[in-house]
Amino acid sequence: MTAGIEIAALSRRFGGTQALAGIDLTVAAGAFCVLLGPSGCGKTTLLNIIGGFDDPDEGRLSIGGRDMVGVPAAKRPTTTVFQDYALFPHMTLSENIGFGLRMRGWSRPDRQARAAEMLGLVGLPGAGDKRPGQLSGGQRQRVALARALAVEPDVLLLDEPLGALDLNLRRAMQEELKDIQRRVGATFVHVTHDQEEAMAIADLIVVMNDGRIEDAGPPERVYRAPRSRFAATFLGDMALLPGVVRAGQVETALGPLGDAGDVAEGTAAAAGIRPEHLSLDGSQALAEVDVVESHFLGGHRKLRCAPVAAPEITLAVHRPVTVEARVGDRLTLRVDPDTVVVLTR
Amino acid sequence: MTRTPRVVACAVYMVLLYGFIFLPVAVLALFSFQDGRFPIPPFRGFSLRWHEAVLGDADLMAALINSLGVAVLSSLLALALGFLAARAVATGALPGAAAIRAALTAPLSVSYLVIGLGLLASLNLIGIGLSLATVAVGHVVINTPLCFAICAAALGDQQRSAERAARDLGAGEWQVMALVTAPMILPALLAAFLLSVTFSWDEFIIAFLLSRFEVTLPVEIWSLLRSGLNPKTNAVGSLVFLVSAIAVLVVELAVLRRR
Repeated sequence: MTAGIEIAALSRRFGGTQALAGIDLTVAAGAFCVLLGPSGCGKTTLLNIIGGFDDPDEGRLSIGGRDMVGVPAAKRPTTTVFQDYALFPHMTLSENIGFGLRMRGWSRPDRQARAAEMLGLVGLPGAGDKRPGQLSGGQRQRVALARALAVEPDVLLLDEPLGALDLNLRRAMQEELKDIQRRVGATFVHVTHDQEEAMAIADLIVVMNDGRIEDAGPPERVYRAPRSRFAATFLGDMALLPGVVRAGQVETALGPLGDAGDVAEGTAAAAGIRPEHLSLDGSQALAEVDVVESHFLGGHRKLRCAPVAAPEITLAVHRPVTVEARVGDRLTLRVDPDTVVVLTR
Repeated sequence: MTRTPRVVACAVYMVLLYGFIFLPVAVLALFSFQDGRFPIPPFRGFSLRWHEAVLGDADLMAALINSLGVAVLSSLLALALGFLAARAVATGALPGAAAIRAALTAPLSVSYLVIGLGLLASLNLIGIGLSLATVAVGHVVINTPLCFAICAAALGDQQRSAERAARDLGAGEWQVMALVTAPMILPALLAAFLLSVTFSWDEFIIAFLLSRFEVTLPVEIWSLLRSGLNPKTNAVGSLVFLVSAIAVLVVELAVLRRR
């Protein structure tokens, strides 16, 4: 029904490009894991290797404790929801959903019953006799999901399944996906470049860049205490103030910031501050700044500010929309010291 | 005012063009109904006696059955080979796919005479006697490139991704082909098969060179022609044309229906 995934020292090279370099990752059984990163970061390659559509050059991959390297896709306890849905256009929805069961030797009546049940699960009850050509993009997406789930895979792989949907449908489908995952209990591995989507649905976010894992953990931990500069800026917005560790803090152009813990004295590091943590009433004064840009974004006002003392730095600040803010205003920004993140990678 | 002459000119051109293409067939068909001994003007009246003579001619009927058998079997084989080759080339994983594609389609430009002579020489060399089977081999040679080209044109990313999904759901390679790839390009398969059938059906040179005692219909007609013009040859010619026309019509319907 469900199985964990263990990946160790996995590498894949295409010609001169290192698509994946030394990937180590453990996904617990029944978790909703999201592989997040910009295009070309290796997330789809990793998904293809887990699904059996590609083989690693080096490294180990096991699902539910069984070694999977060299096992063809057809023999893996995984199924995939493809980005282009890849439904079979010459079959009815019922036949599409029953295809995997047919390969497993189920009888026709059993397949039809199961297909009807799966169509109900994805919110398309009674549509079994339609063909994929009669459906909208969002509906095809649901059928692809039903088809992949019908065989009760231990691991469901989703390759940017929401990428082609419009924003409202996308947000609605995220919740539904999460709900379906809870009900079926399988491990989901979902690839996306949408960081909002990742935070909304993941139990485990894996931030990837350039064939490597930058950070992996629960969304809240990755957001609040990212392990690398890339993870910090890809998942949400963060101002990075470069500096050097001195006396347990990062010495930046705006003074000593953050808690460097046991990072060695003299190490190059950056102090990172999220826009929502900069305010006019934090416990520590940070800098006097000039407002350079001001954008009304509905829920908040986003300002870009340049410190008077170090105008080359840009700080993003979120302010309530009820407070006027104009370009040229001078503010004194404050911050709570425990929200400042120290990044050495 | 300036449009009318243009429309008229276009219409005249169209009539001339279609006349040029179809007049010989029409004349052939018309004089197969000639009530007289010569298939030449003037038309003396309508009669079905030559058609009856054709249907009653044991040699012609035997040749017709031979032709149908050779056409269907050689086309099935050519389709199977062409489809498998197209699928291999279309996966994109094959090294030298472009060269293979070129090598497979190149025979389309070789004259049937050359292919026939080449096969004749090869068969002599190997010591295989001529028969309907060797004719069928010749027709597989000319029709495989055609089937390959039609199948290759029909196979694209959509098929590739559906095949991937089928494998993901547990299908073996034969199941992928039989349940996903082939049904998805069924109109193209049908078109390739029926075009092959028509090419084989009225092919003469290869059939002439590679057959001995049992012959196909075009070869039988040729031997009929050697004894002089006769409305019977017209009748059998119209019959050949009718079968080809029906096959082409089915192709058109099969492909157009899906669009």
